[in-house]
Formats: sequence, C-alpha cells, structure tokens
Amino acid sequence: MSLLRRILAFGKRSQVDKEIEDELRAHVAMRTEDNVAAGMSPDSAARDARLRFGNPTVVRERVEGADLALGIASMGRDLRYAIRGYFKSPGFTAVAIITLALGIGANTAIFQLLDAVRLRSLPVENPQELAEVRIVGGNRGFGINDGMYAQLTRPIWEEIQRHHEPFSRVFAWRNNDRLLGQLTDPHRIHGFDVSGDFFAVLGIHPWQGRLILPEDEASACAAPRAVVSYPFWQAQMGGRGLGTTLMIDGTPAEVIGVTPPGFFGMAVGESFDVAFPLCEPNPTRREVFDVSVMGRLKPGWTTERASAYFGALSAGIFDATAPTGYSADAIKHFKEYRLGVYPASGGVSSLREAYDTSLWLLLAITGLVLLIACANLANLMLARATTRQREMAMRMALGASRNCLLRQLLMESGLLAVAGAVLGVAIAQVFSRILVWSLSTRDGSVHLSIGADWRVLLFAAAAAGLTCVVFGTLPAIRATNTDPITALKPGARGLTASRERFSVQRSMVVTQISVSLVLLVGALLFVRSFRNLMTLNPGMRERGITVGFFGFPLSNVEQKQRAEFKRQLLEDVKSVPGVQNAATTTNVPLNGSSWTHGIHVGGSEGSSKFTWVSPGYFDTMDIPLLTGRNLSETDTEDSPRVAVVNQTFIRQFLGQTNPIGQLVRTLPEPQYPSSVYEIVGTIPDTKYSDLRGETPPMVFAPASQFPVTAQQKWAAMMIDSGNAQPATVAIKRAFAEKHPQVVLQFFDFQEGIRDNLVRDWLMAILSGFFGVLATVLVMVGLYGVLSYLVTLRRNEIGIRIALGARRGQVIGLVMRDAATMLLAGVIIGTVLALVAGRGASSMLFGLKPYDPATLTFAVALLAVIAALASFLPARRAARLDPMVALRNE
Amino acid sequence: MAKNDLQGTLDLLVLKSLSQLRSMHGYGIVLHIERVSDALLHVEEGSLYPALHRMEQNGWVRSEWALTETKHRAKFYALTPAGKKQLAVAERGFEQVVKGVQAILRLA
Repeated sequence: MSLLRRILAFGKRSQVDKEIEDELRAHVAMRTEDNVAAGMSPDSAARDARLRFGNPTVVRERVEGADLALGIASMGRDLRYAIRGYFKSPGFTAVAIITLALGIGANTAIFQLLDAVRLRSLPVENPQELAEVRIVGGNRGFGINDGMYAQLTRPIWEEIQRHHEPFSRVFAWRNNDRLLGQLTDPHRIHGFDVSGDFFAVLGIHPWQGRLILPEDEASACAAPRAVVSYPFWQAQMGGRGLGTTLMIDGTPAEVIGVTPPGFFGMAVGESFDVAFPLCEPNPTRREVFDVSVMGRLKPGWTTERASAYFGALSAGIFDATAPTGYSADAIKHFKEYRLGVYPASGGVSSLREAYDTSLWLLLAITGLVLLIACANLANLMLARATTRQREMAMRMALGASRNCLLRQLLMESGLLAVAGAVLGVAIAQVFSRILVWSLSTRDGSVHLSIGADWRVLLFAAAAAGLTCVVFGTLPAIRATNTDPITALKPGARGLTASRERFSVQRSMVVTQISVSLVLLVGALLFVRSFRNLMTLNPGMRERGITVGFFGFPLSNVEQKQRAEFKRQLLEDVKSVPGVQNAATTTNVPLNGSSWTHGIHVGGSEGSSKFTWVSPGYFDTMDIPLLTGRNLSETDTEDSPRVAVVNQTFIRQFLGQTNPIGQLVRTLPEPQYPSSVYEIVGTIPDTKYSDLRGETPPMVFAPASQFPVTAQQKWAAMMIDSGNAQPATVAIKRAFAEKHPQVVLQFFDFQEGIRDNLVRDWLMAILSGFFGVLATVLVMVGLYGVLSYLVTLRRNEIGIRIALGARRGQVIGLVMRDAATMLLAGVIIGTVLALVAGRGASSMLFGLKPYDPATLTFAVALLAVIAALASFLPARRAARLDPMVALRNE
Repeated sequence: MAKNDLQGTLDLLVLKSLSQLRSMHGYGIVLHIERVSDALLHVEEGSLYPALHRMEQNGWVRSEWALTETKHRAKFYALTPAGKKQLAVAERGFEQVVKGVQAILRLA
C-alpha cells in the first residue's frame, strides 16, 4: 500500500525520490530500446526518447507533488497548521479542551469504578477458573447467617470436599472481624479465616515468610498462626516483626508471613488485615451458615455441568447435613435445597451489589452530560467554521481538494479530542479516588485498587473518538461544502443566510434541552428520594441516641450471674451523669441486622422479628405504648413469658381480634426451644432493619426471659444521652474504674442510620451536580446559538427596525425562536425522561419515577433558564442601530 | 456539467487502458494508447506519471515493482475496485462532453 510505504519511508525522502527516479528512468530506457529495435542509431534513439518524455526534472517534481498531496508529510503539515490555528485563538481552545476534559474525565472516573468493582478479575492465578458453590436461591433465612458472604454450613463444606469431582481443588473462607491488642483497649481488625489449601489453590505466593498451609488447621482454634496483609504489615507492624505474636481476641497468634501487596482477600472493595486458618468449632453448629466455598474448575468442566453434578448430589448432601432441633417442616425445606456452581472470577462484593445500578446510571448521566458538552462544542466549531469560510474557499480555489480540507478539519477536532482525553484521564484519577473516599463509612472503609488499566484507557480513547466524531464531523462537512465563488464575494453574509444551515444548530439546541431535561428530572428524583429518606420518621427516636456495645470476653462472671451482671452494667450506665435513659436490646434497629423466628398465633403460622429488650427500651426510643402494659422489671425468668407486638403483627396474624391476652408460640430451633408468649401490650409500627423496607411483624420480649442471650458475654445498649460525645466519655471514664475488663464501643445511632444512606446521598449529590452542570451547559449553548443567529440576521433585523418594527417585536422575534426550540426539547425530553425513569425506579424511595411535580418543576426551571439565555441576545437585537447594521453591507 | 478538462481525459484514457491490460507500467500504457487509437492520440509521456501517482493516492490504482519482458525493473499499475467505479463515472462524463461538443459543432 502506498500510504504504508509512505509511512515507512517517512523521513527518508531520498528513498522515495529514488523510486520515482527509477520509474521514470525505466520508461526512457524502454523507449530507447524500442527505438533501437526500430532501427535508430543508439544516439538518436536516446534523444528521441528524451524528447518524447519531456523535461525529466519538471516531471519528477510534478510526480512528487502528486505524491505529497495525500502523504504523511502533509499530515504533519496539517497538524502544525492546526496547532498554530489553536494558538491563535487560545480562548476557544481552552474552553474546548477543558469542556472535553471534564466530560471525558467524569465518564472515565465512573467507568474506572465500574471497572474496579464489576469488570476486573481477582488478582490471583487464572481467575476465570474460579467458581463458587452456593445454594440455588440462598437459604431463605433458615438457621443463622454469620457473615455477608457466608453461603454454606461446615458440614456442607465437608461434604463438598468429599465430592469435588468438577473441581481440581476447593477451599473455604469467611470474613471474621477480630479484636486486636489488649482487651482493655482493643482495636477492631478485619479477620479472614481460610481453609489450609486457600493460598495454594489461588496461587498466592508469600511476600515474606510463608502462608497458611493445611497443617496449620490443626492448631487453628487454640493457637492460631496468622498471615498479615501487606497494608497491615506496613501500617501496623512497620514492615517488620515476622515471627512475633499479635494479641487476637485475647489469644496470642504467631505471625508467619505476609501476603503480596495486590492481594486483598475475596471481597472486592474490602481488604483483610490478618488471615487465620479456619477453626472448626466444637461441637459443630449444623445450622450456622458461615463459610463460602470455592474451587478451581477442572479443564472441560463448565459451571453448568458442575451445577448439574452438584444438583444430582444435593439430596444426599442435605440429607447428611440436616441440623436437628427444628420442626419437621423446616427440615423438609432444608432437604429441598439444591447446590449450584457460579462463576467467581471477580470474587464477591457487597459493593458490587449495592452500587451496580448506581454506577451504570452514573455512567449514563455523565455520558449525557458529555453529549451536551459535545453539542456546545459542535456549535462553537460551526461558528468557527463559518468565520473561516473564506479561508476554506480560498484554499479550495487554490486547488485543495475537498477531502484535503476535510482531513485538515478532522485533524483539528481530533487534536482537541486527544488533548481533552489526556487531561480527562488525569482528572478521572482524582475524581474516582474522591468517589471511593466518599463511599467509606464509619465501619467500612472502601479499598479499591483504582488504576488506569487497558480497559480504562480504551474507554477514554473511545469516548474521545466518539466526541470527536460528534462535534467535529458536521462542522467539517459544512465548512468544506462551500462554493468558493459565493464565499469569496465581499459581504458574503447575504440578506439572510439559508435556513437549512441553522436547522442543524437548532436541532442541536433541541437535543441539549431534551437531554438536560432528562438529567434534571433524574437529579430532582434522586434529591427528593434522599430527602424522603432523611426526613422519614422511623417511628422511633434517632437524635441523641448512642449505641453502646459492652463486651466482657475475658471476665470470669459465672454463666448464671451474667444476666444480673448486665443489669448491673445497665444501672451503671444509667447512673453516669448526662445519661437520661438506657436500655439493652438484642438487635440494634436500622442497622441492617435481623432476627427472625417462626411462630404460631391463633390458627395461623408465619414468622416475626423478635427483639429482647430491657424494660426501659420503649421509653428510651420514644416508642409510645398504644394499648396494654409495658414490659416491666417484674417480668423475670420465672414469671410467665410476655410480649409487646406492633401493628403489622396484629394486622397479619390477629385481624380484628383484641391482641391483648393472645398467645404466640415460637417454632423450635437449636438453642431456642419452642416457647409461648402472652401479648400484654401493643406499639405502633416502626421501621426495623432499614429505612426503605416495609415494617415486618415485630415482637418485643423482656431480655430477662431469654436465657440464651442473657448468658452471652456482651450487651448492646441504646443510650439516651442528649449530647452524645460527653456522655460516652463519661461512661468510658466510669467504666475504666469500675469494670476495667469490659470492652466498650460506641457509635451515634443517627450517624449509623445515615451511613446506610451513603448510596442515596451519593446519587443525590452527583446527579444534582450533573443536572446543574447540564443546565449551565444548555444555557451557554442556547445563548451562543441565539447570539450567533442574531448576528447573522443583523441585516434582516436592521431592515425590520428601519421599517418600523418596535423593540418588543424584535425581542419577541428572537424569544419566539428560543421558545420553539424549548418546546420541542421539552416534549422530546419528557418522553425520554419517562423511559429513563424506569431504570432508576428501584433506587427511588417514596416517589415514582413518573412524578408529575418533579417533571413540572424541571420544565419550569428549563423555561426560566431558556428565557434568561435568550433575553440578552434578544435585547441586543432590539438595540440594533439600523444605520450601522445596514452600512456594514 | 461534466468535468471537461485535459486531466479528466487523461485519467479516462489511463483507467480504460488499465482495465484492458490488467497490469501495466507507464511506458506500456503509452504504447497501448497509441496502438489502440491507431496513433491518433499521443500522450505526452512525462505527464502520465503525475497522473498515475495522483490516481494511486486516490485509491484508483495500486502499484508494484516487477520485471518487464525485456528484463527492466518497472512499476506496474493495476485498477482497484474504486478505480473501476471511477472509470465508469469518467466514461459517462466524457460521453456527455462529446455530445455537448457535437451539438455545438452542428449548430456552427
């Protein structure tokens, strides 16, 4: 290919020249030979050949000229020309590049997050071979679920180890937070329990020392060995201290190795601190789901085939692992579970589940913003192209082909796009890190390795290419589509420029308005949804409540005495100055946690949430009693069991029957034998585990009547301390003296609730920001196009004024133009917004995506913006001096 | 209006020749045009090469170096699909020019 040859020969002009020279010489040589063959003498043959050929130097130069017209050399010249042009109009260049950089940067940042959370594989050997074994559809709340990613019980894990035909090797792991250091002043760390094969199967090699091996499982419970993550090793151990011991949950654990820097565990977005061998509890709890099981598929096995394999084995596996102590029905459900195998190359991630939709939505939003920005740029380029019409015409008249000019113009817009993309990728690095940082909450900082990998760079390049096409092509085609004769005539603006030419700019403004309407509606929806969540009354007090955890793992309080000890702790908390009220609870509300029991009430069967609280709970939380009596100190372990239920409970199980005096019987579970409660009081509905969820049926019972938790070595309290900070300090001080063995942890109840709204907050902030940005861009765009149109119609308007048009009429002329565009944009935008709203409906709270009030408000806002943007050009048109306008002709 | 200039006519002659010869060097094209036109048309030999190179840049012809029958190393040109299309366009244009010129001659 000649272009290729050109590129290869770039900088080697002599080589190209020689080729031309050779070609021409061959011609003359052949003619000479033919002449000799025809009977001429060699001398006259050569002369005749030269005469026929013409002046060889002139021919050679013309050939070179033909070659250069489209060659690389001229590309370099185009580039130089483009750069020179941009340096001549630095304002335009800066606006264009910054607009593009912000647009591409925002898109790339969101994409970077998507890439890190969604697309990237775990940093382990051959991640595509990894697959996870789970119960199809989950265990649907059966038993006890310990851990966000826990899927299976230990007995099931053992069964899988016995039947791992589809896998070359399998491993189990669980996240298990621990307390590090002296228990008087502990520090919470992210523990990570792994089966002996874990690191070997994943192909993780130690950074230092060695990693956990199968032989470490033997001492896993009593004297665990610990492998620390690289960040923990650096931050907490100063990059030294292999072979020393860490105090973990009050037990010394020897540090035997460090994992490599890139390895963060199995959960994307989280990072473990210390890994331990998986401890097999004794006795085995068959109803506790606390491990996640994965393996490497053997060659030839797909997840479907492996699922079929485990599906066939499921009946046997669940038969062998069924827990005891449940009702026959519950066990029947357990035995009906099926195991399935799912791809796990990307590990697991709660972040992924929580933010998947948000991130795609944000990508769509930033994409639309970029589109609006592109439309503005296209208008700028169009305006620039018009001012350069004479230049183009001149170049055409001098012999430049249309292709040549097109290429030159595309080179110019390409240059802008490339500059914008490079700057944009840099901006994205900052922006995506700010986003990650803002996702972190009190109890879970987000760890994501965000980098510009090939996917991100490809994305940015694609975005740049696309924008370049959008904003560059049309103006380029327009600019080169001129007839040099017309364009070169003096005062070529004409009376009115052709209408068709502006229809492009108009339709671009219409597009901008419609897209920005979509963004505005989205922004308003998310902001209002967030406001709904923030102002929602959960039916209980949020302000001024401190949640306290009191643990005494090392104290030697007798099991029988623990309930009494906790009562004492509660009294001690209450007596701290600044504490108004306090109550213990087995479940902190609005915290995501849940505690369910199956129940029989009257004739019906179902399930309800259960919370065991101390008598002051309803007072502390400001939950009024509707009927009956409160739980009281007289409800003890020996008195009949009593309960207070909420309205949903009554609606669901009792209907119109008077709830007071009705009996509730719980279904048996291991450690929780069936027991009967008498309903003594009713309370209104309150939210349970989160703000979004519907209120479930709820039962509150006295903690004193619940031996299982009464005997545990911890208590959670809701403390009404008016002003949180001083009270916690005072409690800490009081307890340091009186109960030095008790571990204290506090957080503000309301802050805890707000932490669960991070996603909504983020969507509200970001969509709001982009909505405002879109509106500003539209305002600029509309203003620009109208001003431009007014300039072009100057003669027409001048004539109108000269003929007696009043100012109002001229203003009306321009504003009507804007109103037409607004109307078209709003109609299209409304349709788009309704369609797009569906994608967001699952993330909204308390309002539908097709919210008439929101839509009306957005339209009104756009109308105001449009009026503002068009008034200035309109006024300028009205103030036009007809003499000046017409004299310019 | 049909494009009516010498350059266009030369392009047409070269494209047509290449469509008949499949692959030929510049000198061969000159001989071909002379032979086929019974020596009525003489191409200015030097001006053939800028045209050939321009057509190559336009993607109408492609070239490669090869040996002639007389063992000369020469650059051989051949039509590309785009060149075939261009030939059709040029032929149509030329027919119109001829018609136009004939009409004027008849009037005169």
